Amino acid sequence: MTRVTQAFVARLADSVINLNGPGRYVHWGFIQISVANLVVVALMIVVFVAAIFLPFPEHGRRDR
Amino acid sequence: MRFDSAEEGLAAQADLPEDALQWSARLRRAGVAAFPPGRLLPDRQPAYVASWIYVFGALTLAALAIVVASGMVLAIEGPTWWHLSRVGLFVNSMHLWGVELFFFFMVVHLWGKFFMAAWRGRRRATWITGVLSFVVSIAAAFTGYLSQQNFDSQWIGTQAKDGINATGAGAFFNVLNFGQMLMWHILLLPLAVGVLVIVHVLLVRRRGVVPPFAPDPGDLVASEAVTAATDLGVDGMAAR
Amino acid sequence: MSPTATSRRTRRFRPDRDVEEWHGRYVPYDIVKEFAASFAVVLLLALGLSIVLSSPDESPVTIKSWSQHAPLDFVRTAVTELAGTSPTATYGPPYNSTPGVSQSIGPLSLVRLMGVHHPIDTALDDVIDPLRTLPADPTLVAAIRRYTSAPAKTEQGWTNTYGAALGRARFVDDKLVTRPGRYGPVAEMIVALTAMARSGALDGALVSSKQFYGTDYTKPLLFIADGTYMANLGAAQHLQGNQWGMMNETGNFPGQSWLWLYTFWYQIPPFTTSSNADALVWAIMVVLTALLVLVPFLPGVRAIPRKVRIYRLIWRRHYRSLGARADRTG
Repeated sequence: MTRVTQAFVARLADSVINLNGPGRYVHWGFIQISVANLVVVALMIVVFVAAIFLPFPEHGRRDR
Repeated sequence: MRFDSAEEGLAAQADLPEDALQWSARLRRAGVAAFPPGRLLPDRQPAYVASWIYVFGALTLAALAIVVASGMVLAIEGPTWWHLSRVGLFVNSMHLWGVELFFFFMVVHLWGKFFMAAWRGRRRATWITGVLSFVVSIAAAFTGYLSQQNFDSQWIGTQAKDGINATGAGAFFNVLNFGQMLMWHILLLPLAVGVLVIVHVLLVRRRGVVPPFAPDPGDLVASEAVTAATDLGVDGMAAR
Repeated sequence: MSPTATSRRTRRFRPDRDVEEWHGRYVPYDIVKEFAASFAVVLLLALGLSIVLSSPDESPVTIKSWSQHAPLDFVRTAVTELAGTSPTATYGPPYNSTPGVSQSIGPLSLVRLMGVHHPIDTALDDVIDPLRTLPADPTLVAAIRRYTSAPAKTEQGWTNTYGAALGRARFVDDKLVTRPGRYGPVAEMIVALTAMARSGALDGALVSSKQFYGTDYTKPLLFIADGTYMANLGAAQHLQGNQWGMMNETGNFPGQSWLWLYTFWYQIPPFTTSSNADALVWAIMVVLTALLVLVPFLPGVRAIPRKVRIYRLIWRRHYRSLGARADRTG
């Protein structure tokens, strides 16, 4: 690998946001969930609702 | 007999009545009957297939493809590589995020299919193979976590052993045996997931996408609120 | 295309099980292009997430690191292994045949039925056999012989006394300091084992005990898990069973949120205190998973989609089009 490619790959592997380190957790009664998991679950719900409500391109109007 | 070309020769001698009882001929006929090309790879869908919720099956499959491809690269280099190489760590990240995306899209797909009651009309096997794909994927992910050879896999193994031992499966499925868990993860479980997913997709092709529930009485009453029906792309074919 | 459910029906139409097959309009739909677009989208997402967030790789605990970072925990655990009182030594099947400890549901104990398949004798496997692999040291060899040839009650006396003394022991300048006592050969054996652990030799001895190429880490992992060092590391990362740990990943990475229902049971009574918690939770989850598989056959559950009516939103264009058609024909 050339040095340029190596440097490029090294930059790819170094994360922009470092998620290592102490995890952040949310407590609610006996429920305990990581911020990361909460974000994932919230996104799932948002995406599900969006998938149902967002208009789907119709036949004839689609630029396919 | 002589023919002008190989294609002509084959065509003239294919599907002959005297060969009809052959296992090969029977299997071919059954296959073609179940999956004529227009059904296996259709270019049309019923008009009611018009929602973004329908793309989540394809998104799940696409994520699975990324999981498998990145997994193959990890397999090419062996289980230690990603701990030592930055390219390896990147490929491992693709594998991990591919899995997160796979489950993400699969769950949204499951929610959609549940609320559409997609098992109706002889589609129960489609639902069953779908849920089994989910469950076996969880097992595949579990053995993947065990194969990481880091603190996480040590933790998951020493914790999970109690649950698995309690079922009696710990006698032959030893989560602390890295070699065994790796082989389940890269061979046996991907095969199982692959077979289930292929059967699931073929069933979708065979039965088609589930039709909507019957309309409410109000849907069939002519209403002037529906003006230019053309902006819905409807061409006036009456439902039988 | 699909066989008509109506024409072949000789039983009553149930709206949650049956459906009128479609005889209406078909529209062009390029599913290969859809899959290609899906693949491109998911590939971009995976690339983006991998570049921005990477993936976790916390270094594993080794016997070496354990004995260096938490030496008192190591020696205390090692004595329980020698004494046969550690969690592994008293686990029962599949590791050994300790009676009365296996998890069960009522009279049924699957783990006891399956028996011992990964036999572990902690005294031999974790302490005595590894010590025997060391280069011959006459005092150590004599200590081991003295221990193994003593009657069981004598061995127990030594390990109990030494174990109690370890409650007040300290490491001073890397040397284990205990008050004098009648420990027999146990003190010497444990000190030698600690030195072996700190050199890294014990890790190797535990993995490759029977053959050259080892991939089975059962012995070193059970040994490490018997101590509190790894347990504390797990608790710090919110990975413990009573911390919803099954769902979690190290650091701030998302974990396995799809395991939420599995880990939920461990958070509530009676599972929080039951000695059969694992067996019970697994049984519940097997039943619930079977129910999920069999939803199409469950009358109340399969009616939920029709009653909740989210389908009205999903197929709203279709239902609107029926009204438009009625407009034209009516």
